Amino acid sequence: MKKLTTTVIAGAIAAMPFAASAADSSDPIVIPIHNWSSQIVMSHVVGQIFEGMGNNVEFVTTDSQAVYESVRLGDVTLELEVWEGAFGASFRAALEKGGLHDVGDHDAVTREDWWYPSWTKEACPGLPSWEALNDCAALFKTAESGDKGMYLDGPVDWLKHGQERVAALGMDFIVVNAGSAAALWAHIGNAEASKTPIVVFNWTPNFAEAVWPGEFVEFPTWEDGCDKDPAKGPNKDALYDCGNPADGYLKKAAWDGMKGKWPGAYDVLAKISFTNAQIAEMARLVDVEELEAEEAAEEWLAANEDVWKPWVEAGS
Amino acid sequence: MLGVAVLLTVLRPWLPAGLVRIPEAWLLPWRDWIDVAFEFIRGDREEGRFGLIYITRALSGGLEFILDAVANVLYGKHRWPRIEQLPWPVITGCMAVLGYALGCWRLALLAGGTFLWAALIGQWDLTMETMSVIAVAAPFAFTIGGLLGIWSWKSKRVEETIKPLLLVMQVLPFFSYLLPAVIFFKVGPTAATVATIAYALPPMILMTTLGLKKVSPEVIEAGKMSGCSSWQMLRHVYIPSARTEIMVGLNQVIMLCLAMVVLTAAIGMPGLGAKLLAMMGSFKLGRSLEIGITIVLLAVTLDRLSKAWVVKQPEHFEKGTPWWRRNIYLVVGIASFVGLYLLSWVSQGLSNVNFEDLTWSNAHQYAGGVLDEVKRKQSMTQGRALDGQIKQFLAFDWVQSTTYAIRYFFNNFILIPSEKALLFVPTPAVILAVTALALGLGGFWPGLLALVFFCIVAEFGYWDRAMLTLHSVFMATFFAFLFGAPLAVWAARHEARARRLILLCDTFQTFPSYVYLLPAVMLFGISPVTVIISILIYTMVPVMRYTVEGLRGVPAEMVEAAEMSGATRSQKLWKVQIPLAMPTIAVGLNQALVFAFFMVIIAEFIGTRDLGQEMRKTLAGTHLGWNFVLGFSVVFMALTFDIAINAWAERRRKILGLA
Repeated sequence: MKKLTTTVIAGAIAAMPFAASAADSSDPIVIPIHNWSSQIVMSHVVGQIFEGMGNNVEFVTTDSQAVYESVRLGDVTLELEVWEGAFGASFRAALEKGGLHDVGDHDAVTREDWWYPSWTKEACPGLPSWEALNDCAALFKTAESGDKGMYLDGPVDWLKHGQERVAALGMDFIVVNAGSAAALWAHIGNAEASKTPIVVFNWTPNFAEAVWPGEFVEFPTWEDGCDKDPAKGPNKDALYDCGNPADGYLKKAAWDGMKGKWPGAYDVLAKISFTNAQIAEMARLVDVEELEAEEAAEEWLAANEDVWKPWVEAGS
Repeated sequence: MLGVAVLLTVLRPWLPAGLVRIPEAWLLPWRDWIDVAFEFIRGDREEGRFGLIYITRALSGGLEFILDAVANVLYGKHRWPRIEQLPWPVITGCMAVLGYALGCWRLALLAGGTFLWAALIGQWDLTMETMSVIAVAAPFAFTIGGLLGIWSWKSKRVEETIKPLLLVMQVLPFFSYLLPAVIFFKVGPTAATVATIAYALPPMILMTTLGLKKVSPEVIEAGKMSGCSSWQMLRHVYIPSARTEIMVGLNQVIMLCLAMVVLTAAIGMPGLGAKLLAMMGSFKLGRSLEIGITIVLLAVTLDRLSKAWVVKQPEHFEKGTPWWRRNIYLVVGIASFVGLYLLSWVSQGLSNVNFEDLTWSNAHQYAGGVLDEVKRKQSMTQGRALDGQIKQFLAFDWVQSTTYAIRYFFNNFILIPSEKALLFVPTPAVILAVTALALGLGGFWPGLLALVFFCIVAEFGYWDRAMLTLHSVFMATFFAFLFGAPLAVWAARHEARARRLILLCDTFQTFPSYVYLLPAVMLFGISPVTVIISILIYTMVPVMRYTVEGLRGVPAEMVEAAEMSGATRSQKLWKVQIPLAMPTIAVGLNQALVFAFFMVIIAEFIGTRDLGQEMRKTLAGTHLGWNFVLGFSVVFMALTFDIAINAWAERRRKILGLA
């Protein structure tokens, strides 16, 4: 009694000059799903493309750090969003142990840095410069921070070095680490109610852009080696005295065995590349339009045939 | 010993560094050793080196087959037996009939209502995905737990081995289960099922053993006199007599399975839990609240159904009653199954009225349309409206100023100073103080174990983080007592009040913890008091439950005797009831500590600096040894207090003649 949506896509693909690599195994391709919307929709988009090619696809919900161990073991076939900032360390560690490999980057670039919602600018008009932010530090006081302002950094395992940057640039801020993305949102959501000025860790592309307009703080521009060579950046004696690079990678990863088992799907995976705008659109369908992820994926596929059809056709 | 501890603390500024904290050089490479040992036990399938993974992966293959079959029936996963998903009215109707058969119309209303809610709120598929795992995990946990319970009742040695193992399983932080489950049992429903079973087993084993031990000698005599074989004794004498305890075990199994719904989403549990995490990731409080309600409703329904099954007496019919009369509920059940199945089949493709356009005049069309499947626009979810209300509430000035005052006071005057104080105390002083405490409470053996366990924690090398963990646990338990105990004393005075409080406890216990965490952050920011509050909600439950139970369990003769000798109400409470209830209250305290050790790791979600935060870094899978060192730091601390408090309660009970 389920809608037969996949047949629509299968039909669309069948109508094309497409010789599916008959060698793809009939075992399900296992795609992991995490807890943020763009990743969920993207997984369904790719899953539905694979299904259209005649593959079996299964989704499994997993922790976004622990997933790399499963990819290594082959229990999960691929991972579509490897963020340089948040998961780079886990990914590199798994890469060293072997069992998975890099299947190329998305066009999308990621940026992760200090960020403030638009109402903050009314209280501190000098923004987005970091010096202006530092002059307004007293605005960001909390019950426990004394005279200093409070900056809410991302979870420690994302290794954002907020503490080091505050020290290197001599800022009047204390750094508190949130335990999760959701805790960051809760903090912003609470400040929104009373329009309290806040500065938090944030990144793009994500759903928050659509909900809370805001800007990144402009720190001294990133120079290569800012995290390794004290001479780089304005403070000649300290590391981490620059902003984060504004163009971090967003990668795809796959289990080493995928290429042999599902060569057709693997070829498509290697070609898949989404842009920032496309990822934001996927997130918007779920977060703002409140579609279910499967429906959002169907809608996205229907509206963007010119984007994904070439990936599949080229696979013939 | 306490004296030495105090002395060491006072003298700290003059102590050599080696006495304040264990020097780095003395720490052994536990992490590497565990990694090597783990690699060896695990084996490697690619290299063909035999190990545990061969066995567990074979097991998970069988488990997967069962899970897939159930999943196919409940939500249409494309697997054997390839029946399509059962329409929601069929399952809802059958649950209502089951409720009526086991209890009365109220139970029917609860069971039917729960599933009706799930369908109309637009969570049917999610609920069925969750149920498909629970429907497998709960029976397995029940059977395995029951068998282990019988075995440990039969053999003293087995009991002695199983007991400490169970304790460790209960206090081992969830983050330590995660990786082994994924490696050995394959990420997905299989790993989730195994983790759920492991978590739900202990109470089942304990209750079964307890029940079998309590069977009265007269009953056993009677069985022997009628010449039962040992199998017949077990089947027809022991198990029926221990039925109540076994069923309490089953009830606990169900509750714990539902408590794991959200946590296991990290290792592949499909359904409600995963959706809840995704909803929280995009800050949809209203929708996550609705999912929380569904989980609680499921828990209450399954709990009440299983309890009703316990108290239901076998029915006896007069000879010659026709078959359909004897099995009337079965007949009605089958009839409603077939009837509703046909109805939903007819309903396919009927009109498509959306919930927003629903009026009185098109209500019948709406009803006709949703009988097959409630589509997204037809669900009655109020997520967005709830979000708005929550935001409105937070914008009130009095809310902001009250929470700010609480936050300011507790953080700056209690929590931050006490945290600093605990970190100031030298390691040997803490170890001595804990040992002295355990010695005083439990006697020689608990004292010795405390000494050994805390030395191991120090030797593991995460002392400061361990102390921060301990600090949160103590504070949460302390405040749980401060607020929970008076409330429980007040409630225990009346039967009805006590029952209502227990129901409240049940609700809070199964309500997924993650749902509280976000509102707590919104009210109190990311600060120590938020962490304590989120743990407090859980620790208060056992404190209240056991205090009520303890007070109500005081023998009526004793209370009457006190009244006869002219005791006032407060004298009666302080001199008679509380001392007699103390052993039970101590069990509650112990439970509260165990819960706190469990929750403090989960509270990492808010933002802490303790062992939980460090454990998160180890989840990428390449640091198993590191993960276990941290996990067992928690285990050893929890065990110390568990053993000491239990020993104390046992001794008190003997002294009071309650054993």
